[in-house]
Amino acid sequence: MKTTKPFDPEACRAQFPILTEPPGGLPLYYLDSAATAQLPAAVLTAVRRHETMARANVLRGVHRLAEAATAAYEDARAAVADYLGVPDHDEVIFTGGTTASINLVAHSFGEGLGPSDEVLVSELEHHSNLVPWQLLATRRGVTLKVLPVTEEGRLDLERLPGLVSKRTRLLALTHCSNVTGAITDVGPIVAAARSVGAKVLIDGAQRAPHGPLDLPALGIDFYAFSGHKTYAPNGVGVLWGRRELLSKMPPFMGGGGMIAQVDLEAGTSFADIPRRFEAGTPPIAQAVGLGAALRWAKALDWAGIAQHEARLTGRILDGIGAIKAARVIGPTGLQGRLGVVSFAIEGIHPHDLCQWLDRYGVALRGGHHCAQPLAKRFGVAGTSRASLAPYNTDADIDALLTGLEAALKRFR
Amino acid sequence: MSDELYHEKLVERAQAGRAHGRLDHPDKTATLDNPLCGDRVTVDLKTANGKVLEAGHRTRGCLLCEAAAALIVAQAPGSSTESLAGLADAVRDFLQKGGPAPSGWGAVEEFAPVRAVKSRQDCVLLPFRALAEALR
Repeated sequence: MKTTKPFDPEACRAQFPILTEPPGGLPLYYLDSAATAQLPAAVLTAVRRHETMARANVLRGVHRLAEAATAAYEDARAAVADYLGVPDHDEVIFTGGTTASINLVAHSFGEGLGPSDEVLVSELEHHSNLVPWQLLATRRGVTLKVLPVTEEGRLDLERLPGLVSKRTRLLALTHCSNVTGAITDVGPIVAAARSVGAKVLIDGAQRAPHGPLDLPALGIDFYAFSGHKTYAPNGVGVLWGRRELLSKMPPFMGGGGMIAQVDLEAGTSFADIPRRFEAGTPPIAQAVGLGAALRWAKALDWAGIAQHEARLTGRILDGIGAIKAARVIGPTGLQGRLGVVSFAIEGIHPHDLCQWLDRYGVALRGGHHCAQPLAKRFGVAGTSRASLAPYNTDADIDALLTGLEAALKRFR
Repeated sequence: MSDELYHEKLVERAQAGRAHGRLDHPDKTATLDNPLCGDRVTVDLKTANGKVLEAGHRTRGCLLCEAAAALIVAQAPGSSTESLAGLADAVRDFLQKGGPAPSGWGAVEEFAPVRAVKSRQDCVLLPFRALAEALR
């Protein structure tokens, strides 16, 4: 039986070249993984190996490089399916990222919706899981319903029954907020959807980097996430969907690779999934990198990581809690959350704070985090956000807290 | 000039600018947003005979944005509206092309460290763009 090694944060950090040898020799305390996570050596090696030994287009050529590229691309699909707990590899569609995945569903699944239908989103969503549905509403006359958030920055699931009706066709909600870090309890959402025959799409961009999933057990219909937040290159993402749904959905983009037959007189028929939704040359090396990243991630001790990240999150929350002028936007406890902490300090703009922290080598994200309705809900123009990954250590938190102390002296 | 982005003079200018508010009855006004960060600036003007008599602002923005708005409120009164029409372009050239500080606006030199930080140049420009919009 395969056993995972107990989690060792320093050993984990040592696998990330950009952290062990930061650019310019300057200190780097990277607390912006919710925006983009760093790449472990295993991924860099896999991408380099692919590009130097198997670079070719996939599913087209018959020469040995083409065979090798196709095998690597499909092997990456298998790695993704394994990480998601999905037995049917063809249900995994490679896209350009979470945004592309959600737009695919909004266009293709959305093609079957009209003025008598409703889609439920929430105040907690990233614009990637809001704007595609707003565009659908404009295009097809679909009505958007919005689930509010609680004072703690969580989805207000008690309001679900009043917002879901027989007109509801889809619930498109986040698995974890990129602002508050709150993890969504998916069970009640699926139950509400099933009670009216609606489907469920979950935006997993923030949750997927924090350990393997069991999508069949979640009972959802679509899941979207990005490579660049899951220790893989950017330019690749995933849409998982149930075969019976994907097989009935019309293509989103047309082009090479997604057809069964193209005939100028008889018309065009389309390939089965996943090809139907992978028009054009896909992001091959990026997909290979994603496959390597998810195999690397799957081998980690995620229970140990959860404990480690919770302790670091607690240190951030305590540090911010000690600042009188600071306010955390999101849960202030450690239950039901990931290591994403957003906060506002009265009198210090998030961009000034993040710029100031950069001089200490501390990388934070400031702004509305592509979640303007949530910022409006909490009455702030923006926040500063610290976000964790397994490679973060106490040194990162020490640097953050030191920088915050200095910022308070400078700006207030 | 120090290459420190948040040098003393700039911080003081931004903080002093917070005491100014909007004008009660401006005859020219414009509000602009920065969609990337959500910042919002309103510039109000009272003008007569082709000159700015008084300026006010409301700034929901970063310190660089506040300092730029404060500079406009302090410096614009007394200037001809014609001379201010091209100010935003001149400040953009100062920040992005290494141009000189606009004539009569030597204090724009306080923003010289922003030349090296491309992601923050729009923060400085937003109030100047709002001024140009108000004068349009």
